Amino acid sequence: MAIDFKVNGKQVSVDVEADTPLLWVLREELEMTGTKFGCGIAACGACSVHVDGAITRSCSVPVSDISGKSVTTIEGLKSADGTLHRVQQAWIDAQVPQCGYCQSGQIMAAVALIEATGTPSDSQIDEAMTNICRCGTYPRIRKAIIAATGQAASAQQGDA
Amino acid sequence: MADNPNPDMDVFEPVKPPKKKGIKRRFFLIGSALLVGGGAFGLYWGDSSAAARAKSLTETGNDHNFLSWMKIAEDDTVTIYSPHIDFGQGSHTALAQMLADELDADWAKVRVEQAPADVAFANTALGKGFLAEMSGAPGVINALPTAIISMIARSMPLQITGGSSAIRYTGQVGMRTVGAAVRLALVAEAADRLGVPESELTTADSKVIHAKSGKSLRYGELAAGAAQRSLPGSPALKNPKDFKLIGKPIPRMDIPAKVDGSALYGIDFSLPDMRVATIAAAPARGGKLVSVDEKPALGVAGVEKVVKLDDAVIVVAKRYWQAHKGLQALSPRFSDGGHNGVSSDSIHAAQQSLRKTGKPENEGGEGDVDAAFGAPGAKPVTADYRVPFLHHAMMEPFALTGHYKDGKLTLWGGLQDPLTTRARAAKAAGLDMDAVVFHPMLMGGGFGRRFPDKTEIVDQVALLAKQVPYPVKLVWSREEEVRHGTYRPQSSAQLKAAMGKDGKIAAWRTDYVQSGDAEAETSFIYAIPATSRRHFAYQSNQNDGPWRSVNSTQMGFYNESFIDELAHAAGEDPYQFRRKHLPEGSRHRAVLDMVAKRSGWGSALPEGTGRGIAIVESFGTIVAEVIEASVREDGSPRVLKAWAVVDCGTTVNPLNAEAQIAGGIIMGLSSAIGEEITLDKGAVVQSNFNDYDLLKLADAPPMIDVHFIESGAKMGGIGEPGVPPASPALANALFAATGKRIRTLPLRTQATA
Repeated sequence: MAIDFKVNGKQVSVDVEADTPLLWVLREELEMTGTKFGCGIAACGACSVHVDGAITRSCSVPVSDISGKSVTTIEGLKSADGTLHRVQQAWIDAQVPQCGYCQSGQIMAAVALIEATGTPSDSQIDEAMTNICRCGTYPRIRKAIIAATGQAASAQQGDA
Repeated sequence: MADNPNPDMDVFEPVKPPKKKGIKRRFFLIGSALLVGGGAFGLYWGDSSAAARAKSLTETGNDHNFLSWMKIAEDDTVTIYSPHIDFGQGSHTALAQMLADELDADWAKVRVEQAPADVAFANTALGKGFLAEMSGAPGVINALPTAIISMIARSMPLQITGGSSAIRYTGQVGMRTVGAAVRLALVAEAADRLGVPESELTTADSKVIHAKSGKSLRYGELAAGAAQRSLPGSPALKNPKDFKLIGKPIPRMDIPAKVDGSALYGIDFSLPDMRVATIAAAPARGGKLVSVDEKPALGVAGVEKVVKLDDAVIVVAKRYWQAHKGLQALSPRFSDGGHNGVSSDSIHAAQQSLRKTGKPENEGGEGDVDAAFGAPGAKPVTADYRVPFLHHAMMEPFALTGHYKDGKLTLWGGLQDPLTTRARAAKAAGLDMDAVVFHPMLMGGGFGRRFPDKTEIVDQVALLAKQVPYPVKLVWSREEEVRHGTYRPQSSAQLKAAMGKDGKIAAWRTDYVQSGDAEAETSFIYAIPATSRRHFAYQSNQNDGPWRSVNSTQMGFYNESFIDELAHAAGEDPYQFRRKHLPEGSRHRAVLDMVAKRSGWGSALPEGTGRGIAIVESFGTIVAEVIEASVREDGSPRVLKAWAVVDCGTTVNPLNAEAQIAGGIIMGLSSAIGEEITLDKGAVVQSNFNDYDLLKLADAPPMIDVHFIESGAKMGGIGEPGVPPASPALANALFAATGKRIRTLPLRTQATA
């Protein structure tokens, strides 16, 4: 069946089975592979996107639920002139990624957190950033979020 | 090298591994690099067929390849070919730093690419490092003609990444020598062009400069001529004080593509008429596919084919979700391979029995332990430890694309050893290695899981691709990934020690039971008159594999927990107790002292908070860690702070080295706190991240202080050595906080005071 929605501001129409998770529609129908498959059960967050601005684990949302909605993926964070989102730039400045596979999802989660809170506290970061990173980049993720929101690192943040 | 993965290729074996079974191909994972350092080495440049092949594979018309390791384009761009895979450890950038520094290249114009999976790019430097470690006798290796070393490297075939080897072998021996040699060729070319003596020329920022005349020539202008010149095999290398790039915190080249979604991993690969497949293998490793009714899957929209393998069933569809639904619709019957009685507890019971009544496979150590234990007045103490199977949990599940057409098999994906991948695929598909092409892609983690003799997905795709006329990408679900891992082995140990009259440990014995022998990998660092390490070999039905830092995680946990117990039993401070067993003036003592200093060891802590310390040497690097932790009401640990002090000789990129150590600590803590693969009826009980518990940001220490001691000693690895001290340091911290000693991992909720 045809399902219509917006991705990164563009109207799209896909013809897939209604129960197909949004993740696979993005990756296979729309060929946007920045959103990653990690677990398929919404446990790791590698597939995180924004749906109408809300952080969403796209592996566990049927695309039929997205009909008429607006999706933002990692590919849609840059501005039209190619300038990186401040969170993406903070990720480069803090040299966050190692293997990088989970980082699209981490960045989408961080952007949603910052949009919701402005300047998130350490405990708000703890609560919101539940995506798994096997390389263990968590200290730099925390550092990048704090830097992206113009906050000085507290004594709790080390060099890592 | 007993199990040569490619029977079509002769593996040249001039130096036998010294002893013992069970080491074989993994032997090179041992830590002590015996050869590298001092600059007294040469590389063999003379393999003209390989060089010509490398040129044909990499030159595009306006650039010039040197020795297969690098090329210079007319616009000055330097492209460096890394024979190592980068699965997140940052070695590509570090290797490029090493070559570019010796070359005096303009860093802004340096690129690094994965070397093609071709023998022309096999890694001579790594071959030399491996052989030195295998033989334990660098003299033997250095006496071998370089031509033979080169031949060995090409026939092994050596494109492997592992054993924290990239920087200390390939970088130190290969990259720096190549950069220095090519720089000399550029200088010689410039001297001829300018008609001045070479001694009047200097190099900087990809230019050869003649200060007297004010003239300079760009490397891009000189490359064509320089590429025709013969190169010195042992060029002088820079004095470390002249380094411009090595040792500097240079941003990694791969990071920009990893923040905007543009980096393409193996799972992202696609071809126009490609199909997608997914797989279910026998739940009990060793089991076979008995029967499966294909019809339910074929009734699912998009499903095109069901393929039966000896031990698995594969569903092929247009899209992943269709293949997944097709697989879910099937009810395959698998045999249990005779492993119905295997469980984690049955393995533990068998291990206990083997240790008590069986014979050790191997014994290392020195002095007479039994005599010391039996001496009048000796009161030996013992403690039993146990650790579970651990899953690698690389974030990108296995995915490999294959296309079989006109007798040729082409593969695309992320695997740790491109050349062995080709060999393995050729064997599975019944093809010559020349009929297999492999395109290495970015990998979403590895941690040992993508090790070449553990990648059964290569066999699966080779067999699958031959049965379908189109390209097909096989994607493992997370469930498949969790249940069919090549786990860090379940292992148990009994440690025994007796104190001497001098207040020091007089004798120490570690009896450990697991599949692999750890003797060659784990450096026992304490000065104790009598020591013994006995390996009792136990193999379950699982295919045990290397897990980041290999056997050093469990051996580190055993040794560093036990010495803590001895310290407390003696009523001494755990730091001071370790210290007095480390030789005065040793690197180990310096590392331990520094971590105590930086962590404020001995200063007062709030009630309920404890500090733990541990020190482990692995892969040639000494790491001491201090963990500060308390216990939550439910008994789970709360890690507050972590410190690490590292002596890996020299750090090439401190920014990246720090990330590797901090990441290693988090992986070590994660495994200690919550990770466990258990078996029931020969099959894995866990299925996904809902029941395989990985550490998340909120539970990771918000502060990790990493400090490097630049001792200038022989270069050690950096990807793995941060892991082993973390679990004992945490268990020791919890003991300090609660008085309860935890000897079985994972800790989970055991720490209730």
